[in-house]
Parts: sequence; structure tokens; C-alpha cells
Amino acid sequence: MAKAKTNTEDYLRMYRQMVRIRTFEDNANQLYLSAKMPGLTHMYSGEEAVAVGICEALTDDDRITSTHRGHGHCVAKGAEFKQMFCELLGKEEGYCRGKGGSMHIADQSHGNLGANAIVGGSMGIATGSALRSKLQGADDVTVCFFGDGATAQGLLYEVMNMAALWNLPVIYACENNGYSEYTKTEEIAAGSITARAEAFGIEAFKVDGQDVLAVNELTQKLVARCRKGEGPFFIELETYRYHGHHVGDINREYYRSKDEEKDWKENRDPIVRFRGWLVEQGIASEDEIEAMNTEIETDATEAVAYAEAANYPDVSEVDMHVYAD
Amino acid sequence: MREITLSQAVNEAIAEEMRRDETVFLLGEDVAEAGTPFKVLSGLVEEFGTARVIDTPIAEPGFVGLAVGAAMTGARPIVDLMFGDFLYLVMDQLCNQAAKQHYMSGGKLSVPMVLRTNLGATRRSAAQHSQSLQALVAHIPGLKVAMPSSAYEAKGLMKTAIRDNNPVVIFEDKLMYQDKAPVPEEEFLIPFGEANVKREGKDISLIATSSMVQVAEKAAEMLGQEGIGAEVIDPRTIVPLDEKTLIESVKKTSRAIVIDEGHQSYGVTSEIASRLNEKAFYHLDAPVLRMGAMDVPVPFSPALEDITVPTPEGVAENARKLCSGEMIHAA
Ligand SMILES: Cc1ncc(C[n+]2csc(CCOP(=O)(O)OP(=O)(O)O)c2C)c(N)n1
Ligand SMILES: [Mg+2]
Repeated sequence: MAKAKTNTEDYLRMYRQMVRIRTFEDNANQLYLSAKMPGLTHMYSGEEAVAVGICEALTDDDRITSTHRGHGHCVAKGAEFKQMFCELLGKEEGYCRGKGGSMHIADQSHGNLGANAIVGGSMGIATGSALRSKLQGADDVTVCFFGDGATAQGLLYEVMNMAALWNLPVIYACENNGYSEYTKTEEIAAGSITARAEAFGIEAFKVDGQDVLAVNELTQKLVARCRKGEGPFFIELETYRYHGHHVGDINREYYRSKDEEKDWKENRDPIVRFRGWLVEQGIASEDEIEAMNTEIETDATEAVAYAEAANYPDVSEVDMHVYAD
Repeated sequence: MREITLSQAVNEAIAEEMRRDETVFLLGEDVAEAGTPFKVLSGLVEEFGTARVIDTPIAEPGFVGLAVGAAMTGARPIVDLMFGDFLYLVMDQLCNQAAKQHYMSGGKLSVPMVLRTNLGATRRSAAQHSQSLQALVAHIPGLKVAMPSSAYEAKGLMKTAIRDNNPVVIFEDKLMYQDKAPVPEEEFLIPFGEANVKREGKDISLIATSSMVQVAEKAAEMLGQEGIGAEVIDPRTIVPLDEKTLIESVKKTSRAIVIDEGHQSYGVTSEIASRLNEKAFYHLDAPVLRMGAMDVPVPFSPALEDITVPTPEGVAENARKLCSGEMIHAA
């Protein structure tokens, strides 16, 4: 990490947001393991620098579309723990009144158009949001998050073509965590990922997704250029998921070695790296960082307890919201 | 007789047919080493190798298209579509391409492929992983649609599907993969278009598909204790549909409820109910009732999800009303 100390507050917020994601996920995993969470969920742990680096370069007016692995995007875009845990448990105070759950969590107030349980399903939505921005003369930008596996979906190529033709303010953010489900990316993706975008004349970048400053710096530049009508852009972020494909994917040595997992966790962890840098640069002391971690943990514990005690939606809500008024 | 799970039954059927016919091959996401997320296909890649058990990228329209082309030119592909909800992604390849080749070519081309997928809510998987979309494909001439209700049917219908010269879509119930049922060791096939009368009764016919067969059987059990004889019939394939058995049953009982986990409106239940009205009207003592899933996207919250699908209690309650005449003059 080679960035000079310029904005203490921004750095501390980035650190805080990364820890909030990790803490949220640890609690969500615990809820699953203790059989308190309905269904399954996909953990974002390990990929925090991607969501935070990108979302910290956006405002609440900028939109994002998220994926099945969406808690990180949601937190990074500004969501609150309470409503998030309520949604994960299917409670009425959740962001979607319990109707969406982990895979459909959305937070309008901060520009999160929602997670998506269809791989690649949000690519049209993100590009359409960018089209609206351009048509209405607005200057907001939309970031489309998706995984390496999602690059196999034909929809991506249809929408990138239109985005390039019409110079839409959209950034395609490919979170390459090396796997799609139980298969290594190299076994199911031919050729280079960035070259796919370049074929449409879209400028494409590859960045270390475990380096929050590198991600943030690049995104800031691209967002500014998008606002000037120079979009679209494509970023491939090299990252890693620490858990299995979902919380139930526990015995996974048949497709991914423990040594590989250990290497990423011990040598490339985005939070550990950034924390080291913050201390080294004198931006925060170890004590200050520990205090922040503790505060976040308390916050999460309280939010979980709140969500557990919260009410389910009334059954009369079942056929509400099928059609808009 | 030995008992095996529905998952093992599907696995055995595919393995047997792959041994019997070397043109049969499998393709889909995570079908090889992972054996699918539900582990239904575990072990097949070890026996048949990666040339016949092929892991694909997450490109559903692409690999379904490949299956259509391979089937038109001499292979018998089995496509694994991880969730029935992903049917929407492959509709053109399945409905415009696979379904119509035979007809459009005046009978010269055929598409002997199987698309195996699943249905069923109440797994807390929310609106895009819980749908039961059999009506969508049953609507398209040229596609056959099988809906196994236990391990026994899953095996026999899968083997028939693989040997059929048409595109066949098989819906398995996700919640039933670990359910055991007696399945003979010897080879057997279940012909398409033959309904199975699972339980005889004289007062009311409960016609149920796939996941709803168990619901109907439980309802019949409850009704039996009250002296109402419910006949439970599983059509096993909805295309082709064994009208004859259904009509005969209704002629005997004069009342019927049709139960299917797809949305009720414009659904499988509507189709079967209309046929009974058309062909057994003068034998009916009450309107034929439809019980499908509520016409809402499947909600995530357990508190809401559970009330969207028919239950044994709900079926029994409607059956009682039909039998007591309460519903004859219903508004
Ligand atoms: C259209 C579609 N096909 C398949 C799936 C099942 N599925 C869910 S996540 C996933 C892997 C996605 O991999 P990637 O895009 O790399 O995202 P990651 O899980 O690694 O974050 C698959 C195959 C799905 N949800 N939607
Ligand atoms: Mg991935």
C-alpha cells in the first residue's frame, strides 16, 4: 500500500466498514450454525475491500446492484445491522419486510437496488439504471457487482454492447474470487476476463481486490469519468471468499485445499493489511482500532438480539405487494 | 423390497441408461465432481468420466442449446438445470427450438433430450429458488412433462424419459431428495401417460402431482378417520395425461380436488379441472376444486411462505365441504 496519509476520516471509515461486514457475516454464520436462520446464505468474508473500496467512492445517489453474496455490498452502501438481521430472519422490520431474505436484500435509501438470486440477473438492471441516469441528465453512476462465474451469462455481453454504444455511466465490477460454486474459475472461463469488456471498446482494469486503497483510488477515478460521460468501465477485482460457497458448504477439500485458504487468510487479508497500514502511518493506534472493533461487535450482538425478538410479518401481508398501486 | 432415496433412484436410473446406451451423456453446472448441490449425481463422473459427465459454465441458455443440437444429431443428452426457476433463462432453447423441431421438419428431425430440474417451496429459498413451473412447459406442444412423486416414480420415469424420442422435462421435488421408498432391484420402467391410483375411495378424488401427492395422502388419511373415502391419484406425467383413469375415478366418486404446487391461476390444476368438467360433467355432484400455490411470488419469511402452499389440513377441509354439499352453491 503506497498511498500517503491524506484523509484520516475516510481511511477510518473504510476500516470500520470492512470490519462491520466481517462482523455481520460472523454473526450471520453463527445464526445458521445454531439453526436460527431460515434457509442458507452466502458469506462475503474475505472480499470486504472490494465492496468497501468501491462503495466509498459512491454517494447515496449512486446505485449499485448486488448478488447472492450480497451482505457486503449492502453494508458498504450504508445499510443498518438491525434491518439487515431482521431481513435475514424473515421479520417484518427487515429491509424487505421479510419477503426477500438474504438473497434479495435491498436498501433503497442508500441506492442499493438489491441482491439477486439469479447469477447475472442484475446486469440488465444496472445498465438500465445507467440508461435512466443518462436520459434524465442526472450525474449518478451505477455499479454492477457480479462474480467471475457470472461472466458466463450471455446477458453480460448484450448489455455491455449497449452500454458501450451509448456511453452509459455504469461500472461492471467483476469480483473474481477464483470459484463459482464448487468449480475453479479457470475450468469454466476461457480466455481473459478483462478482454471480454475490451472487445466492446470498454476500458477494463484489473486490481488487487484485497487492497482497499487501490480499489478505492481506481473507483474514484472511474466514477468521476463516468459522471463526465466517459463510461462504461469494467473492473476485475482479484479476491477470495473465506467460507464455502454457502454457509452449508463445510467439507470442501475436494475442490479447494485448506492450504490455499490459509494462505489467503494469513497473507492477504484485507482487514489485517489495512489495519497494519493505518497503525504504521500513525492514522490510528492499536488501542483505537481495538475499541472500534469492540464497538462494532457490540452493535452486531445487539442487532441480532433485536432481530431474534422481532415479530414476523402478519400473515395478511402475504398477498400485499404483488402489484404496485 | 429394499428402500432407497429419491436422489439415489435418479442416480441409478441415469447410471443404468448410461451403461446401456453410450450416446447418453450429462451436462450442467457442478454435475461432475460436486455431483450437483443436492448431491444427486455423486459418483457418476467416477464411472463415466468427464467426457460424459460435463461441468458447464453458468450459461443455461447456452448449454440447453448445446443439448438440443447434440440431440438432433444423434446423442441423448440429459441436461441438469439446478433450479426449476432457471427455466425462464432457457425458454427459447426449450420451447422455440427443442419443442418444435420434430413438427417443423415434418417429422424428420427429433430431439431426444431430458431436462431434469426441480420444483417446490418451503425451503426458505425465496422467490427465485422456490417456484414450481411445470405449467409453463406443459403449455408448449412438443414437450413431455414428468412429475415423480417418490423414489419409485423418479427411477422409472427417468429411464423412460431417457429412451423417449422427444424433449422431456422432469421436475423433482427438492424436499424429497432424501425421502426413501421401496424400489425394486430389477430393472423397470414406468410408461408415460399412466396415472397411479395410490389409494382407493368412493367419495372424492384427490388428484395430486409430485410434492402434493404426500399432501393428498395425508388428507385422505384424515378423511378416512371421519368416514370419507378419498381416492388419491397421481398422474405421474402431466403431458401426456392419463385422462381415462382420472375420469373413471371421478365418475365413481362424483367429486374432485386437483392439487399441484404451481401457481393456481392458469395452472396445471386449471387444466385438469377443465378436462374433468368437459368430460365428466354429468357425473359430478360438485364443482371440481383447484388447489395450487397462492398467486404470489414465494415469500422468504417462514411465517408467510408456509401459507402459500396447499396443506393436508386445507385439502381435508375442502374435501369435507364438497362432500357435505356446502360448496355446491358457493358464490
Ligand atoms: C442463473 C443461475 N444459475 C445458477 C445459479 C446457482 N448458483 C448460485 S451462485 C453460483 C456461483 C456463482 O459464482 P460467481 O458468479 O463466481 O459468484 P460467487 O458465488 O463466487 O460470489 C451458482 C452457479 C443461480 N443462482 N442462477
Ligand atoms: Mg466466484
